[in-house]
Amino acid sequence: MSTMLGYIKAESPIHHLTGATKLICLLLYSVAVMLTYDTRVLLGLLIFGLACFKASKIPFKDVAFVVYFILAFLMLNNIAIFIFSPYEGCAIYGQKTVLFHLIGPYSVTLEQLFYMLNVTLKYFAVIPIALLFILATHPSEFAASLNRIGVSYRLSYSVAIALRYIPDIQRDYQEISFAQQARGLDLSKNEKPLKRIKNMSSILLPLVFTSLERIETISRAMELRSFGMEKKRTWYSAKSFKMQDYLAIGFMLLLVVLSLCVMKINGGRFYNPFI
Amino acid sequence: MRKKQLLSIRTIVAIGIGSAVFLVLGRFASLPTGIPNTEFQTAYAFLALMAILYGPVAGASIGFIGHCLKDITAYGSPWFSWIIASSVVGLCISFCRKPLHLEDGIFGIKQLIIFNIYQIISNIIAWCIVAPTLDIWIYAEPADKVYVQGASSCIFNVITVGVLGSILLANYAKTKIKTGSLKLEE
Repeated sequence: MSTMLGYIKAESPIHHLTGATKLICLLLYSVAVMLTYDTRVLLGLLIFGLACFKASKIPFKDVAFVVYFILAFLMLNNIAIFIFSPYEGCAIYGQKTVLFHLIGPYSVTLEQLFYMLNVTLKYFAVIPIALLFILATHPSEFAASLNRIGVSYRLSYSVAIALRYIPDIQRDYQEISFAQQARGLDLSKNEKPLKRIKNMSSILLPLVFTSLERIETISRAMELRSFGMEKKRTWYSAKSFKMQDYLAIGFMLLLVVLSLCVMKINGGRFYNPFI
Repeated sequence: MRKKQLLSIRTIVAIGIGSAVFLVLGRFASLPTGIPNTEFQTAYAFLALMAILYGPVAGASIGFIGHCLKDITAYGSPWFSWIIASSVVGLCISFCRKPLHLEDGIFGIKQLIIFNIYQIISNIIAWCIVAPTLDIWIYAEPADKVYVQGASSCIFNVITVGVLGSILLANYAKTKIKTGSLKLEE
């Protein structure tokens, strides 16, 4: 069974920021990365992200499996881009410098390689900060921070419930799956795909019905405790904003502005070194 | 006086538990198709059931939160174009709630056809239109690639939801008491 990412306890400046700050920072940082396709900005953002990760004192080996997985995924993605559109880069940068010819209509061009480098950088740049958010924010603080940035507390509570029940449902799923397999249900690839989907239903059905029951129980319990009577709600794990929080958010805002400015200077999202 | 809220307590809990189940199914109950990076996602059959039982807000939210959490716990970063597409699936499928009327406890050929028409249209909107278009907007990926990717995941999702979703709905309907099952004694 594959591992899931979750909160890792450590003492660092990043851990001391409030959950809301980290969420806002992640959103701003994602916007900055999503806007631009400028190689220099992307590289800068990536280095900044890696520096933050270093500062969080989270050991790399705890997240290594995810990073390798993403690298493999990006490789596949790049191959797919090349197969479907070998001259996308040429169209964007308006030039065609053939390095060498492959087969049929496929040639490797400098522009295409540069474009794919940018795509890879763009995906990769978000990862350190996104990982930090997941690894350094306690799940119970997560819902509080959603509420803080303006999501209604009812919806925030849904997220809190989801995070709270993931381990329980995972255990349910495992138990049901083992029980059905012990009764001779075949889920391996020896079965035909359609039959496998059908077999899956004998795990899904008990899981779904226990979950539906669970929804009834929990919602009754919440109703009895008058959930949702008031307009506001306080959170046990909410922290108050400090100087460092404002500083972090301010800095991220600066990055977004920088990203926008560079876009203005380049006259588009792409940085063209070929002119 | 209590006002009628958009999110009832039951919906809030359904979104929470639904997202958790969506994540667990997405992570552990996906069957490989033989083509790399494409899977039979059983989670979407569950999403269809939840959307029909708890309505559009729940459907859209479970798709969004469930897929977001799944991406975060698996890759560390959410892929928004496809997350929004999941949310669209949940939203669109929930519209067959009225014509299906599952609470009556009847799921026959007629309901089966209605459900499948709705789910096929929803999947096409989400995976052939929304997901690729957003991929191009946000990530500037080549158009051919994303449309082929979208179309293939659309086909697999239609099959999964068609088979598993129908089984789930039929079994759910069985647990409800049929309307008109009681007759007045003459």
